[in-house]
Amino acid sequence: MHYALCLTLFMVGLYGVLMKRNLIKIIISLVILESAVNLFLIMLGYRAKGIAPIMDGTIPPDTFVRNSVDPIPQALVLTSIVIGVGVTAMTVAIALRLYERYGTYDIQEIRRLRG
Amino acid sequence: MMQILPLFVAIPLAAGFIIPLVGRKNPRLCDALGNATTLALLLMAISVIGKSGVYWVGGWLPKAGVPLGINLVLDSTSVLMLLTITGISFMVTLYSIQYMDKYTARSRFYSLFSLMVAGMIGVALTGDLFNLYVFLEIASIASYALVAFGCQHEELEASFRYLVLGSVSSALILLGIAIVYALTGTLNMAQISKVIGVSSKPLFYFAVALFISGFGLKAALVPFHTWLPDAHPAAPAPISAMLSGVLIKTIGIYAMARVLFNAVGMTPLFLSVLLFLGALSIMVGVLLALGQDDMKRTLAYHSISQMGYVVLGIGLGTRLGIAAALFHLMNHAVFKTLLFLNAGSIEYATGTRDYNKMGGLREKMPVTGATSLIASMSISGIPPFNGFWSKLFIIVAAVQAEKYGYAAWAVIGSILTLASFTKLQKRAFYEEPKEAAQVAKEVPVLMQASMIGLALLCVFMGVLWIPQIRDSFFMAAAKALQEGFVYATHILGE
Repeated sequence: MHYALCLTLFMVGLYGVLMKRNLIKIIISLVILESAVNLFLIMLGYRAKGIAPIMDGTIPPDTFVRNSVDPIPQALVLTSIVIGVGVTAMTVAIALRLYERYGTYDIQEIRRLRG
Repeated sequence: MMQILPLFVAIPLAAGFIIPLVGRKNPRLCDALGNATTLALLLMAISVIGKSGVYWVGGWLPKAGVPLGINLVLDSTSVLMLLTITGISFMVTLYSIQYMDKYTARSRFYSLFSLMVAGMIGVALTGDLFNLYVFLEIASIASYALVAFGCQHEELEASFRYLVLGSVSSALILLGIAIVYALTGTLNMAQISKVIGVSSKPLFYFAVALFISGFGLKAALVPFHTWLPDAHPAAPAPISAMLSGVLIKTIGIYAMARVLFNAVGMTPLFLSVLLFLGALSIMVGVLLALGQDDMKRTLAYHSISQMGYVVLGIGLGTRLGIAAALFHLMNHAVFKTLLFLNAGSIEYATGTRDYNKMGGLREKMPVTGATSLIASMSISGIPPFNGFWSKLFIIVAAVQAEKYGYAAWAVIGSILTLASFTKLQKRAFYEEPKEAAQVAKEVPVLMQASMIGLALLCVFMGVLWIPQIRDSFFMAAAKALQEGFVYATHILGE
């Protein structure tokens, strides 16, 4: 169920990237797309009523493994968010430069290159 | 001995940060540092020929056969990729010294260039799925910025399209990685192959579909190719050469082959998908190339077509097929880089890329003309140049695998390639000189040196296919991929 919602979010992002004409809307769709994947990763490691995955020596390893949430997806998501911010910054910078050159955010009017 | 592996990534990464710090005021220092970096990498890559091994980052050795940390893996396939990447990078930085005189911000150019090289080398070496994604993104982001380097209308527009589709493909790949992690509970490629076995869950097929479309977008296979003919011509010529020459191969085809063969497992179904995509790319790429007037755009369409041959060879799944595909990958890196550098030289001399405005350049620019002729014959598959041998053996492998239709298809594609390059050569170099060609004169000496070096490679690389070298080099690389899950036992032991 949760995963289906996540996939829906992914599809919303994909739809926006492919169908929208405004550069800013395309950028927002990209961010939605990335968030959907990040959400999916986080949910993989989630465990209801789980404990934080920090070994402090007071919990025996067996109980710890059975109760803690999976820390690897969290580490991955941190990395992937950082990458996502980098990409978004790059996209926004290029979109602004495009606006300076063409005076519009409409992708249909930014067409010097032929397919 | 394997202590050298992290240096392959660390050196260009460090160069990427040091060059803008020290080189802002002094462009010649940037040239020196950029070239020293790529030369050092090339020498290191030559020093690891024939070796193999694993490096565990941070000293986290596997416990009882279960990996704990990230590993870098050197095997015959990654050696081949390392040689291609570093060799082409060196030639391209050599060419950039004088070519980049017409641009400003040289320190940023070399910085982004080094980051892109670091990302590609990381992809070639890593043994961890998420680490692969990170390196892939480093290379991609650097390449988005490099496509937009000129900051003119076309550059920005091409870069934006490339960036959007590139980010979508990265999201698809990351989703695939997440699903694989959900299925196996690990990210180490060797460990994944041990756990996943022969899986037939629907989710597994979904993950593989995500990988094929994600890496297919990065490799610009038809029908995922629309961004490439915009992005590759827009960049400065050395970068076009890098993008077409090595980037789409490393983060597209090599990464796809590595993940499919050695981590999640290749099945006849996936092979037939690759065969079909390869065959489609060969024909669509070359047909679109025939209708172009812009020199770099023509070359970009040919990249799609030639990548089709590589994917076709890999899709055959036989030892000879994969070996020939890897050989063609290496050859294509050489002659496509050379062709883009030629196009860059012509643009440098005449200021145009439209070959209807050139003509007669053979006499005005003898070195460019001669090297371009060699590269054109090489890409069209005329003996004895290197492209002939690799295409020949891809076709032989297709016949051996009893895929006669695909073999004939590849031959037709090659003939059309020849037609397209005959047109290009005739218009640009042989006809009566037109307006733009009147003032042309030969490019500076370092640009010539780089082109001559690559042309010599085109002539002599066919020698690499003699049995002794072929067996220890290409066949070994193909074996590493084709053996699939045996990869895990090399890394983790039994």
